[in-house]
Amino acid sequence: MKCFSLLTLAKEALSGNRGWLPQWREATPQSAYDVVVIGGGGHGLATAYYLAKQYGIRNVAVLEKAWIGSGNVGRNTTIVRSNYLLPGNIPFYELSMKLWEGLEQDFNYNAMVSQRGVLNLYHSDQQRDAYARRGNAMRLHGVDAELLDLDGVKAIAPFLNFDDARFPIQGGLLQRRGGTVRHDAVAWGYARAASGSGVDIIQNCEVTGMEILQGRITGVRTSRGPIRARKVAVAVAGSTSRVATMAGLTLPIESHVIQAFVSEAIKPLIPGVITFGAGHFYVSQSDKGGLVFGGDIDGYNSYAQRGNLPVVEDVCEGGMALMPMIGRIRVLRNWGGLLDMSMDGSPIIDRSSIDGLYLNCGWCYGGFKATPASGLCFAHLIAQDAPHPAAVAFCLDRFALGALIDEKGVGAQPNLH
Amino acid sequence: MRIPCPYCGSRDLSEFIYHGDAKPKRPDRSAENASELHYNYVYLRENPAGPIQELWYHASGCRSWLNVARDTRTHIIAGAILATEAMP
Repeated sequence: MKCFSLLTLAKEALSGNRGWLPQWREATPQSAYDVVVIGGGGHGLATAYYLAKQYGIRNVAVLEKAWIGSGNVGRNTTIVRSNYLLPGNIPFYELSMKLWEGLEQDFNYNAMVSQRGVLNLYHSDQQRDAYARRGNAMRLHGVDAELLDLDGVKAIAPFLNFDDARFPIQGGLLQRRGGTVRHDAVAWGYARAASGSGVDIIQNCEVTGMEILQGRITGVRTSRGPIRARKVAVAVAGSTSRVATMAGLTLPIESHVIQAFVSEAIKPLIPGVITFGAGHFYVSQSDKGGLVFGGDIDGYNSYAQRGNLPVVEDVCEGGMALMPMIGRIRVLRNWGGLLDMSMDGSPIIDRSSIDGLYLNCGWCYGGFKATPASGLCFAHLIAQDAPHPAAVAFCLDRFALGALIDEKGVGAQPNLH
Repeated sequence: MRIPCPYCGSRDLSEFIYHGDAKPKRPDRSAENASELHYNYVYLRENPAGPIQELWYHASGCRSWLNVARDTRTHIIAGAILATEAMP
């Protein structure tokens, strides 16, 4: 693996950029591995990377049914933040934020980590109180949070619709360390660094079954032949139930679809990430100039990777209510991604009832920001057979025990989280 | 997506509220393993990729609960009946 540095860039620039090699090896499946990671998305690749780097387990394969970056890691709205409320969540997402902050140096790849700030607007006294509480919870855990009044918001985003009679903007909760990260580069950076550490990244290799002997997993069947493994780790987001069914498991997960949108490119307008508190609309601007935005999930079970028009309308209405000047910008593209919605809106990183089979799922619509910490904590669980201290709360039996982590407080109805 | 309501005919998705898989049935609370049965009922879902029977509420229409047969891979709806008629 060629290291990126000022020196290598200069050398390549002077020699016509003919010395660059593919970013990761095209591996063919071996007959056996110590660990097989199912799913070559952000979480699966990060898991393999930390297994090799942090825990010294290098005899690892990542199996991806399509190509690296084809799933949610290339379909999200690139936002990273750690502005959570509950004790089970905050330390984990803050660990993730800290890993984002050092990621590019860590894996020697430009992921365009941009801490441009995440601003959640509030529109009523009650919402201000809720945001103040959230901000206080964050600060008690050592996370940065600032409660802004109206003037504070106007200083950051003077273009917002401050005259809205129904939902007047009163202020906002700002996390300055939040921001955006180039999502594809996260997949490529982890794939490149994992491959460089000896991990086999095997694309176009779909898992079709699992070999289980007396309650212990011994390998997987794939479209490219059987692969034996001492441990199998599942990180397949919206396809979690499909893969779990192969092992005879039923999980507290429903697959849903969320849509995202990007507009034509315009000159710099949106300084960071802004969310509308009275509806559901969030927006940032990519470095290419397009507005990247989204809103609610569609709200019904789906494996289709595409949504329906009522949500398109709802998201665009939210955008128009918040910043009416975007009304003449054309939407360039919209698409859908599959969510593994859990029953309390929080993730699961845990062992399963089958020895050697590990689960990483339930990320709902918030998986991207969690990528580094998810990979690290999952690798810790696989390597040491014990949960990482930051992910202890994400156990599978919390539903049976009643120890739910329900940020929104809506109960076991996944489409409301 | 349009849902064929038995009373109102083919109506737009935005008129309906989704409840989810119609398969889980509230278990008998006096059963010996009632706690486990309730855990299964409240939290576990088969989450099929393919045909599913689900509950939809026609909130902006006749306010009936419907049992809708839909394919989660394609969103194609095979049909809908009143939820009361779907009960055994």
